[in-house]
Amino acid sequence: MSEVPVLLLSGVSKRFGAVQALSDASLQVRAGEVVALVGDNGAGKSTMIKTIAGVDPADSGEIRFQDRPVSITKPHDATALGIATIYQDLALCDNLDVVSNLYLGKEMTQATVLNEIAMERSATELLTTLSVQIPSIRVPVASLSGGQRQSVAIARSLLGEPKVVLLDEPTAALGVAQTAQVLDLIERLRDRGLGIVLISHNLADVRAVADRVTVLRLGRNAGDFVMADTTQEEIVHAITGAADNVASRRQARQSAVDLERAKREGP
Amino acid sequence: MTTTTGGPPPAGPATVQKRAPAPLAGTTERLRSGELGAWPVIIGLIIIWIVFQSLNDRFLTPQNLSNLALQMAAAGTISVGVVLVLLLGEIDLSVGSVAGLGAAILAVLSVRHGVNEILAVVTVLVAGAVIGSVHGFIFASVGVPAFVVTLAGNLGWLGLQLYLLFPQGTINIPYDGFVAKLTHTNLPAAVGWLIAALVVGAYAVAVLVDGVLRQRAGLPARSMTASLLRIVGLAIVIGAAVAVLNDWQGVPLALVIFVGLVVVMDLVLRRTRYGRQIYAVGGNVEAARRAGVNVRLVRISVFALASTFAAFGGILFASRSFSASQATGGGDTLLIAIAAAVIGGVSLFGGRGSTYGALLGSLVLGSITSGMFLLQLESSVRYMITAAVLLAAVVLDSLSRRGRRAHGRQ
Repeated sequence: MSEVPVLLLSGVSKRFGAVQALSDASLQVRAGEVVALVGDNGAGKSTMIKTIAGVDPADSGEIRFQDRPVSITKPHDATALGIATIYQDLALCDNLDVVSNLYLGKEMTQATVLNEIAMERSATELLTTLSVQIPSIRVPVASLSGGQRQSVAIARSLLGEPKVVLLDEPTAALGVAQTAQVLDLIERLRDRGLGIVLISHNLADVRAVADRVTVLRLGRNAGDFVMADTTQEEIVHAITGAADNVASRRQARQSAVDLERAKREGP
Repeated sequence: MTTTTGGPPPAGPATVQKRAPAPLAGTTERLRSGELGAWPVIIGLIIIWIVFQSLNDRFLTPQNLSNLALQMAAAGTISVGVVLVLLLGEIDLSVGSVAGLGAAILAVLSVRHGVNEILAVVTVLVAGAVIGSVHGFIFASVGVPAFVVTLAGNLGWLGLQLYLLFPQGTINIPYDGFVAKLTHTNLPAAVGWLIAALVVGAYAVAVLVDGVLRQRAGLPARSMTASLLRIVGLAIVIGAAVAVLNDWQGVPLALVIFVGLVVVMDLVLRRTRYGRQIYAVGGNVEAARRAGVNVRLVRISVFALASTFAAFGGILFASRSFSASQATGGGDTLLIAIAAAVIGGVSLFGGRGSTYGALLGSLVLGSITSGMFLLQLESSVRYMITAAVLLAAVVLDSLSRRGRRAHGRQ
């Protein structure tokens, strides 16, 4: 893990009319690191991703990419820098097969004719190196499972050789096994030295793959934790902003019950 | 597994659901997931032919099949354009009027103003492209639904057609001109066979070279038997068609033009970046846009192509009847062109189907018309039977779409 962050946001603010979506927020990602961006609904997670992706540029603040100040005002700027974004709603064409989806918009051609063989070969290579299991890469994406589709969407973003990958709720609609599939893939991306920003509501997923957790609350930074030395309670406190709230009371109750049970069943 | 009920769930590497890669995940997989392809319409066509042949043994005679081939060329050409628009998931309701207008422009230019016929044809095609671009622009840039834009076009271009043909109403075109020859020429037998040989040869080379290249690239390739089977299959179909048509007056030029357009547009759709973009926009507009496809340009160009094909269809109508009249492109022309595409397996929901759908659908509708004519049934019956076939095709489309969804959520 390198010391200089590959992507660094500082003092980023964004206002939508009367709503201050982000105020003085910051985020940093190093190469080979998974940073989970968590927070309650409306905390500004998606706004921050959109700021980085160039979909909704920030009003103020600084973005540094590979230690250089950069300006990202449109999606193309982000892609050109090497920032790939995978949105919640997948953005795959159901009617096209896996190869066509992977190369959509950047098809390989040979004298204006599509070079299907070259595309299929490198698609196979890419999916193999990512250990993505797909029955056949020539079936329409519609016939794949949710996890497989998400894997294709992630693999697709890697064709541009990005340095940073932003994932917006990649496991939101997936079952247990499919979630595991996607989390494995995220770990493989990390092992390839990419910086990964993962938005997730699911703290179990966050625990499973994240190295660091950045918490947003009401558009401000509410904590930055190293996963290994942090308990789930601390993260929940940061998200909700208080030690005494519905979520933590519930967790305390649960712990008390567990303790009771442990005493009863204990040796 | 641990059995803790509270606290953080177990972290660490999760297990991947392993799926055995199926080596022959080809046709069967597609069929199971609701990708029916052209099979339903081919089977339907065979049934229709068997039924009509059993009711009237003149149905499958070379003469009747020749007429059928000639009859479907004009509406089929319009249908090719409709296929392109349907692939976007849109509809063009103006193709009938644009065909009529095309015929009117052709007749006015060449007969009334004495313009060279070839030049007049080119002008009509350009006019078609301009008309379609206007539809496409209003749809893609202004954001009016294509349904409404082309409905307005349907009325407007019909008005212009009537205006141009005023006061005669019908303009006859010369019997021996270039335009008339388009649908009144039959190729000599030898030329028919030559074309058949060239097409089959080109297909064979393409299939075999593709197989070798795939094998060299280490990709799963079609087996030699499967390749040969396809080549022989095509050779039999084309050979039979040429043999039958030669048995009457030879292969009609109009049929060669129509099938040629179908094949060329299919290659454009499947083998070029532009074609891939059309499918992508039809499948998921947002995904296409995010992938960098110029959605607006694709939409405008497809509507331009559709109207150009419609205008050319109008030329073929004029050629066949030696005249452009107020009725050219009217009546059921629009509905038949759309119905042919849908019956041919082109999905109304966009992104699925090919231009071969226009060919197969035209064959089905042409066969029904021709069979009804032989049985001396009223067109009332023909309409009802056509409606039933169309409905069956749309129901199949909807069902297979549902099948795909269910399959996708396995």
